[in-house]
Amino acid sequence: MLDDFFIRALVAGIGIAMVAGPLGCFVIWRRMAYFGDTMAHSALLGVALSLLMDLNLMVSVFIVASVVSVLLLFLQKRGALSTDAVLGILSHSALSIGLVIVAFMTWVRIDLVGFLFGDILAVSRADIDIVWGGGILVIFALVYLWRPLLASTVNPELAEAEGLQPERARFFFMLLMALVIAIAMKIVGILLITSLLIIPAATARRFASSPEVMAVYASLIGAVAVAGGLFGSLHWDTPSGPSIVVAAMVLFVLSLLPVGRRIESAPHSSHGGDH
Amino acid sequence: MLNFRSPETMSLVSLANAGVRRNGRWLVRGVDFSISRGEIVTLIGPNGSGKSTTAKTAIGVLKPDEGHVERLAGLKVGYVPQKLAVDWTLPLTVERLMTLTGPLKGREIEESLAATGMLHMAKAEVQHLSGGEFQRALLARAIARKPDLLVLDEPVQGVDFSGEIALYELIKQIRNRTGCGILLISHDLHIVMAETDTVVCLNGHVCCRGTPQVVSQSPEYLKLFGRRAAGALAVYSHHHDHTHLPDGRVLHADGSITESCFPGDGHHHHEEADNIQDHDPDCGCGHHARLQGYDGTEKRDA
Repeated sequence: MLDDFFIRALVAGIGIAMVAGPLGCFVIWRRMAYFGDTMAHSALLGVALSLLMDLNLMVSVFIVASVVSVLLLFLQKRGALSTDAVLGILSHSALSIGLVIVAFMTWVRIDLVGFLFGDILAVSRADIDIVWGGGILVIFALVYLWRPLLASTVNPELAEAEGLQPERARFFFMLLMALVIAIAMKIVGILLITSLLIIPAATARRFASSPEVMAVYASLIGAVAVAGGLFGSLHWDTPSGPSIVVAAMVLFVLSLLPVGRRIESAPHSSHGGDH
Repeated sequence: MLNFRSPETMSLVSLANAGVRRNGRWLVRGVDFSISRGEIVTLIGPNGSGKSTTAKTAIGVLKPDEGHVERLAGLKVGYVPQKLAVDWTLPLTVERLMTLTGPLKGREIEESLAATGMLHMAKAEVQHLSGGEFQRALLARAIARKPDLLVLDEPVQGVDFSGEIALYELIKQIRNRTGCGILLISHDLHIVMAETDTVVCLNGHVCCRGTPQVVSQSPEYLKLFGRRAAGALAVYSHHHDHTHLPDGRVLHADGSITESCFPGDGHHHHEEADNIQDHDPDCGCGHHARLQGYDGTEKRDA
């Protein structure tokens, strides 16, 4: 079954969506969308360094993204610049340095578009192993970190006062983000990774009654977006990465439609004079 | 018995000359107080006087830059922070809020929600609560975990007058029932909870400390607040001989200005001992002398 390139793409994409869901929830709860984007953009620097020093691609991307996230935390704490300015500087610098290094290496030919926008149809069986292996690792770590991470999202001082360790949880969360970026880069590409984190989570908000439910819904919505995007890309011969993002966006827009709300508020509007 | 001091009489937390410094400025300095089981300590002081900083230092969220903070080993804290905003993107019901920092039994959740009158709101999302309801939900969360020390940073903010009295009544019941120590930060400079054992007045340092005068003993206040409030509220009357200027300098009653009001700068008066205040020998701030025109709206010590 996995011999078919389309099935492999589907399996890998759904694997990514499963991890991206819960992680993406934290990204929007903690207002870290741009933070995630910056880490993702630094992945191209990781790609360049991996080619330059002959390192494993994923390991190299993971290391660079982790270093950038630690650097961000450090600059946030001491710097005089506002966080969004620091993020803007680091984000585009990392991306540009990566592109410049790649341009210097005239002896290697790389598929730049594949790295930027993903090349899910070229996913190998080994890639699937990494996606699912890494994904399961990330999910286990998230379950373990869930309580301190959620409590410190609500209020870090409260978490600290009541014996949880918000700083540690935050640090491991950054590592998980870096890991997911390293794994997901091949599927949706450096420029689109954060959309797979954020859009399904934002879509899930409307239907969720608790943080845990939202995380599960975000995974499922992400999986539907991957499947929808891939089928669309096959049908209309569109690029697969952007097609997945468009599918996720369509689901998000559908979630905004006031269908459920109209039903809820109907009794009130028809009996307006009751109270 | 190996322990010659029983755990009952040991302080839950004690601060000795504690100070916290940020960006070259002392947020608060020279803080001394301790809280035992069943004791209620209220911190008062103007905005920016270091009340929250002191509370956070007491529970270990901030590390003191000078002095010492000692906490009982394994101290279980229940904390209601001053500001807590839950982002709309986070779906959080009152019920789910209860187990935010640790697991609880269903019965424990129900009991503390019932005690704070929030049981009927258990399924409501916290973003939809009013200010007073949210405060009660936070208090329910803090007491549900049966803490040794309850730290409440302005718990009556956004609560109307009768709600404030009800909340103080509830805090008193919690103390009486569980015997926990309570560190309370008051938003009011003069009105504190009647059950308060010790009031510590801060303004970058401990200005004065003492026991409050129960409203029911003071006919004027009784007239002002009414019978119902009399049991819950108390008046802490105090007068200071200096004002903290916005730039950190200190204006004294005699019109002179000094860099700080820390002991040893020699600009303090000691007159007119007030019968309800204990003098703190280390403070040296002359808190018993009156500052002319002081009306409780002390200048912000930004």
